[in-house]
Amino acid sequence: MWAILSLLVENKPGILFKVTHLFRARNFNIDSISVGVTENPDYSKITITTIEDEKRVEQIVKQLDKMIDTVKVEHLDEHKTVFRELSIFKIKLSTANDSMEINKLANAYGGKVHDVKKDSIMVELTATPDQIKAFEELAKPFGIIDVARTGVAALQRSGSS
Amino acid sequence: MNNMENMIGAKALMTAMEKEGVKEVFGLPGGANLPMYDEFARCNIRHILARHEQSAAHMADGFGRVSRKPGVCFATSGPGATNILTGIATAQADSAPMVAVTGQVPVAMIGKDAFQESDIIGMANPAVKYAFQPRTASEIPEVVKKGFFIAETGRPGPVLIDIPKDVQQNEAEMVFPDEFKIQGYHPWADPDIVAVEKAIDMLLHSQKPVILAGGGTIISSAFAELQSVAEALMLPVVTTFKGKGAFPENHPLSLGPIGMHGHAEANKVMAEADCVLAIGTRFSDRSVGTFEEFERGLKIIHMDVDPAEIGKNQTAQLAVVGDVQMNLRIMVKLLLQKAIKKTEETPWVKHVKETKAYWQENLKLHPGEMGAAKILRKLREILPKESIITTEVGQHQMWASLFYDVIQPGTFFSSTGLGTMGWGFPAAIGAKVAKPDVPVVDIAGDGSFAMTENSLATAVQEDIPVIVFVLNNSTLGMVAQWQRTFYKRRMIGVEQNGCPDYVKLAESYGAQGIRAQSMDELDKAIKNALSSDVATVIDIPIDPEEDVLPFVAPGTSLKDMILPS
Repeated sequence: MWAILSLLVENKPGILFKVTHLFRARNFNIDSISVGVTENPDYSKITITTIEDEKRVEQIVKQLDKMIDTVKVEHLDEHKTVFRELSIFKIKLSTANDSMEINKLANAYGGKVHDVKKDSIMVELTATPDQIKAFEELAKPFGIIDVARTGVAALQRSGSS
Repeated sequence: MNNMENMIGAKALMTAMEKEGVKEVFGLPGGANLPMYDEFARCNIRHILARHEQSAAHMADGFGRVSRKPGVCFATSGPGATNILTGIATAQADSAPMVAVTGQVPVAMIGKDAFQESDIIGMANPAVKYAFQPRTASEIPEVVKKGFFIAETGRPGPVLIDIPKDVQQNEAEMVFPDEFKIQGYHPWADPDIVAVEKAIDMLLHSQKPVILAGGGTIISSAFAELQSVAEALMLPVVTTFKGKGAFPENHPLSLGPIGMHGHAEANKVMAEADCVLAIGTRFSDRSVGTFEEFERGLKIIHMDVDPAEIGKNQTAQLAVVGDVQMNLRIMVKLLLQKAIKKTEETPWVKHVKETKAYWQENLKLHPGEMGAAKILRKLREILPKESIITTEVGQHQMWASLFYDVIQPGTFFSSTGLGTMGWGFPAAIGAKVAKPDVPVVDIAGDGSFAMTENSLATAVQEDIPVIVFVLNNSTLGMVAQWQRTFYKRRMIGVEQNGCPDYVKLAESYGAQGIRAQSMDELDKAIKNALSSDVATVIDIPIDPEEDVLPFVAPGTSLKDMILPS
């Protein structure tokens, strides 16, 4: 299963290292990770997505919870959660039509176009990982030069904890 | 907040440790921890000099397991710190309370590859319960307070405090807090009465129930509670190796440890059981064999203080999370309230007792005068029941498990998780410091003893008269056994050639060395050692071909154990 884990941690040096080290030491896998300070600068939020069976996800949550630096660890239900990832694609322009086609594609996915050059164009897309994957598939035929992704940020919807 | 005072970081460290009740520190000085060492001149803490930092850590570990308070070890930066790492990892694997304090290069030098710099915080991270590196002197009092609290509460473990040299030297206004908060640390769960009630119900409704007592039973001192539950419900008791001696091994319901070198009767009974009350155990592979096979047809009630252990290795039908002594107390109370007290032997208990009697009579032992079983039974016969045993790691350790019966619970300690050769002797020194009035014996093999034998210097110099009981087969015996069993007798790298001569070695340190080559000599040697004022090494030559049996081969199940032919 694909699982979104949300960790509230103390905002101190070395904690990201400990969290990622735990995944390595326990043979768990990190699919994506994002980190940022919360509204209270004493805390950071780490969002990790992982692909493991249910039993192992439960074990990861318990092991993370056991860590003294984690204040709160949640396995978020994706149906009750707003989750997004930011991605930037640099795509090749080969024919005269490509720019227009990519613009259309970006629009369809709610993306923004940046840095239009003679040979390349950049698309910024904030979406779910599935949507980003779908966009990537459609952009592939043009030739993807480079991609950067931030990892998922996620918040549970109100009233669904 | 109280006790405001100006002092340097090193003094704050010692003052804070005195407030925690620390009386002894095991360690070795070096450049980066000299400010701390200088403070020994001005405080009431005794320094016990080890000859290697790993041994200092094992001493602190042995002290911690016996006193149930964190043992403290000091090491300098760089190699001093990396040397204690094995000791820290050993304590972590066996949930032993420890506070390790290392010196570090000055803050401004960190990351510059300075002389004797090592990133010990980074290296130790997966092997500690928690690690601190105070960057200002004023942090030290609270760090120490938190460190001791973390090390000894919940599931105990080692805490590392790495202090840069300038932080030790700087003066600051120190506040020694009485209270503190660690937001993400919840060592205690409330008692779970509902789950305990269900557990009783499951045990009453199964045909072949047993208790499996693990190391957690010993850590929480739940001896009386365990015995009350076992007797009230008339449950046969097996243990893990780490749980050895959680239950008196001369009790009619006791079957001893299960596992790779478990007792035949314990493995047989565990494999036949349909319901197990597992107390304070992580179901290690050494204890249960293959995970899938162990849990087949078995209802597991899992009591543990660490919620992350539930479902890690075995699927529990019922989890009782919390301190095992607290939850067992509730169980005892509920059994009393419900007036549950079994007096008649069920067919299962009858069968268990027959199994035990059969194996006690029919397990084939080494035929020679100096077979392992005879030697260890002799030791048991002479030692007072309150004596503390530590062991090294190898064949002698498993023979101790098989043939040395623990009568008084909580008197047997071993490196069971990490399996650290060389642990037993320094741990015995730490144990003796914690309990100077009882005999402390390290049951050793010649291979393991070689790893930390220079702790003889500590034992003699610091006047800590422990006994090292060396079953000397002049080989790395357990490896040799595996080479005989799995590698067609290709014996590689196991010969010790009788080197060193442990009697002479002991004497060269100013300890007593005695060789015992017959039962008569052994009898005298043990009695002599018990009355000796100095540490004694008893060197007992044994047959290098003697195997430890029964043996559950790795990757097989308890019921497939290899028996002596």
